[in-house]
Amino acid sequence: MTLTEKISDFMEKRRPILEDWKHTFFLWRRTKLAIIGTVIVIVFVLVAIIGPFFIPYDPLSQNMAERLQPPSLKHFFGTDQFGRDIFSRVVSGSMIEVEIIIIVSIISGGIGLILGVIAGYFGGAIDEILMRATDMFLAFPSLILAMAFAAMLGPSLINTIIAISLVGWTVFARLARAEAMKVKNQPYIEAIRALGASRTRIISIHVTPMCVSPVLVQLTLRMGTVILTAASLGFLGLGVRPPLPEWGAMVSDGRSFLLDQWWISTFPGIAIAIVVLGFNLLGDGLRDIMDPRLRR
Amino acid sequence: MDEFLIEIQNLKKYFPLKRGIFSKGQYVHAVDDVSVQIPSRKIFSIVGESGSGKTTFGRTILRLIEPTSGKIIYKGQDIMNLSQKEMITFRKKMQIVFQDPYNSLHPRRLVKDIIGEGLYIHEKISSNEILERVKAILKKVGLNEDHMFRYPHEFSGGQRQRIAMARALILNPEFIVLDEPTSALDVSVQATILDLLIDLKNTFSLTYLFITHNLAVVDYISDFVAVMYLGQIVEIGSKDDIFTLPSHPYTYALLSAIPDPDPKRKRSRTIPKGEIPSAVNPPQGCRFHPRCPYAKEICKRSDPAVIEASKGHFVKCHFPLR
Amino acid sequence: MKDAILTVKNLKVVFHTYRGTVHALDRINFTVLKNERFGIIGETGCGKSVTSLAIMRLIEQPGEIVEGEIVFDGKDLVKTQESILNTIRGREISMIFQEPLSSLNPVMKVGFQIGESIAKIKNTSIKSCRQEVFEALKAVDLDPTRVSNLYPHELSGGMAQRIMIAMALSSNPKLLIADEPTSALDVTIQAQIMNLLDDLVSKMNNTVILITHDLGVAAQFCDKIMIMYAGTVVEQAKTEELFDNPLHPYTKGLLKAIPKVGNRDKLTGIPGSVPDLVNPPSGCRFHPRCPYAMKICSVEKPPLTEMNPGHLVACHLYGDKNG
Repeated sequence: MTLTEKISDFMEKRRPILEDWKHTFFLWRRTKLAIIGTVIVIVFVLVAIIGPFFIPYDPLSQNMAERLQPPSLKHFFGTDQFGRDIFSRVVSGSMIEVEIIIIVSIISGGIGLILGVIAGYFGGAIDEILMRATDMFLAFPSLILAMAFAAMLGPSLINTIIAISLVGWTVFARLARAEAMKVKNQPYIEAIRALGASRTRIISIHVTPMCVSPVLVQLTLRMGTVILTAASLGFLGLGVRPPLPEWGAMVSDGRSFLLDQWWISTFPGIAIAIVVLGFNLLGDGLRDIMDPRLRR
Repeated sequence: MDEFLIEIQNLKKYFPLKRGIFSKGQYVHAVDDVSVQIPSRKIFSIVGESGSGKTTFGRTILRLIEPTSGKIIYKGQDIMNLSQKEMITFRKKMQIVFQDPYNSLHPRRLVKDIIGEGLYIHEKISSNEILERVKAILKKVGLNEDHMFRYPHEFSGGQRQRIAMARALILNPEFIVLDEPTSALDVSVQATILDLLIDLKNTFSLTYLFITHNLAVVDYISDFVAVMYLGQIVEIGSKDDIFTLPSHPYTYALLSAIPDPDPKRKRSRTIPKGEIPSAVNPPQGCRFHPRCPYAKEICKRSDPAVIEASKGHFVKCHFPLR
Repeated sequence: MKDAILTVKNLKVVFHTYRGTVHALDRINFTVLKNERFGIIGETGCGKSVTSLAIMRLIEQPGEIVEGEIVFDGKDLVKTQESILNTIRGREISMIFQEPLSSLNPVMKVGFQIGESIAKIKNTSIKSCRQEVFEALKAVDLDPTRVSNLYPHELSGGMAQRIMIAMALSSNPKLLIADEPTSALDVTIQAQIMNLLDDLVSKMNNTVILITHDLGVAAQFCDKIMIMYAGTVVEQAKTEELFDNPLHPYTKGLLKAIPKVGNRDKLTGIPGSVPDLVNPPSGCRFHPRCPYAMKICSVEKPPLTEMNPGHLVACHLYGDKNG
């Protein structure tokens, strides 16, 4: 088989997946807000990855000679009370936000998915216990709970991530549980039981993959909230420790200079707003696109 | 006399009904004291309307639903005594095909994985060997090998039932429960699937338990027929017994209610009145008496015994028609 | 010749989807005469339900009536305004659906809902319709005092369908469209409902269009039957004529594929499956599955021609007669 034949063979075998993607793309193109959201998120991630190579100043090193400079061509976003370039700090801060999002998503999505599927599939006492646990978590406002965890663990990047993940998993657990309950009663699962598959196999190979997509959509919808929570914790001094350029902490830093040196708080604030908006638009769009009533 | 592959004795399945904490526990009597013998290499049909318990019966035999009580004797061995682990190996011998071709295949898996699932579970063979076996079985059910790398949603209803059949056949089972396998299909497709089922039965020397509400299909495909009503078997016999000499009033009513696709033969207007009662509180006495045109006083009070109308033809009625 | 109550001319309906345009109905023509019981028969995706929705003008986005006329009682419904249509729907044309429960409001009692529909037709208050509601329920063999106080979830399928019939016939419509009214029901209940419909319609002299996939049901109920396949009309004839002397290969195939009690001859299915209506086959839409397909079949769409009086067929096998 030549290479081109191999490629076309490969494409032919994967055609249904491509068709599915084409359809998703078709639906995505029809929703303008989702496109805007996607663009914002892509730009944000790109800035996070390649931005640090192009920033004009070291985001951490202080330069007392140039402290509290207003925005100019030399310092696009001005400088803070330690003379650090705010543009460089905002850009390199985006990497911290991306880290938080990714790790929080993996931890809280993973815990939620696993516990939710187990609760939904087995039902009974296991389900009761797990769901009452999520009730307990959901009874508190999420920011307050995150603050409690963060205060308990002490402020640092890792602890921020742990605190946000601990608060967030419950929503995903509920979603995965609902989906697992629906899926386990489908004839195709019964057919697999009739073939003699073990419970472990049924849950891991057949039920869980069906529960991933609602969790994924919800994760995207929540990414805005994750950033906001991280920023809030940073602002309150319970999150990432200075001098790391976390956006919330940066807003907090500029607080006392807000009247005369507005730029210190404003630019990281705008960055938070835009990125949160981007994730929310994308999440809303994804929810519509994944809606089975719109598909087929 | 034929040898029996499966003998079912006094099988019962009651589903508890969830009610308030203080009210007494009630039960849905889905399958209520059913005993049948299923002969080897024959097609044994269970006919009934919705709520007759025929679907529950089929699943209970396979222990997909655990029965409340009763014995399921497969080649002399009571499978109710098997442990979960022993049951897993045993499942190779008994398979099931479902009614709904759209929900019975995993929507996110490729056809080769759906059909090969049984091999992944039971046989320690390489994925290449599995592919070969899947290819072979696809041919047997009238599909071709390039269907392997597609998803179920690309297939029509009839093709999906072929895939479901291939999944059931790959482990070389002896017994297959067919739960309304053609009810969701168009008639032009139904005919081809019925013929496929008959062919496969002969090629693989299978025994079928064919569950359906469609008497015309039963007449076409089966060797033996049992008529179920509200969790009980009211009449059982060979196909000829049931179709030419129906003895239970319900069997007779079912037969006369079928709309005949021949405009010159008008349907008889003697159809049972009322609807199937709830299986939570089934009627006292004979369960069919509220709808039976021949019901007498005794039918309300005592549950009729099963009588042998002719050899191998049993009917559960105080006043059988013949 | 009796008067036509409904004439459908060159009706073409499409649905715009992401995969492309679905050609659901391809210029179909038929006429329903007054007091006739007209059966539309076909398998999944043949366009029989789309036809009924088009007559009610209930085709919604992404669907569209592209061309054609639906002349009901002298008015072309395709060109009629929505406000006038609302006075026709439910009064002059009523409809019964396959899933009766989905057309009832789950949180209101049945009696109230029937009263509401009668009151709307008569332009009176619901309270003053109490007597009519009771009569309507009695007419469909239900116990009025008990049933009118039930909520829809307390009804069995058969009862719900009886209620739909009561509501549909309460205005004594000129045309009743029954779309698979018994497909979701058990045979004994199906027989009850069809007998009931038969009695009521004979009494009230309504014109009925019965849409079904079940040739048995149609054979027992209809005077005339039209067979549809993939959005086209393939054959139309008086019921007995159709069963005695089917002409179109598809009709023949269907009749050979139905299992019948008492007839154990080998069934022959129709090979292949229904075509995708995004890319319907050229020419005759049945040609890829037709055992008699000729060269012309894939090129030219066969016209619907009258072979015997009242017996229409669209097939090139019978092309010679009309040249």
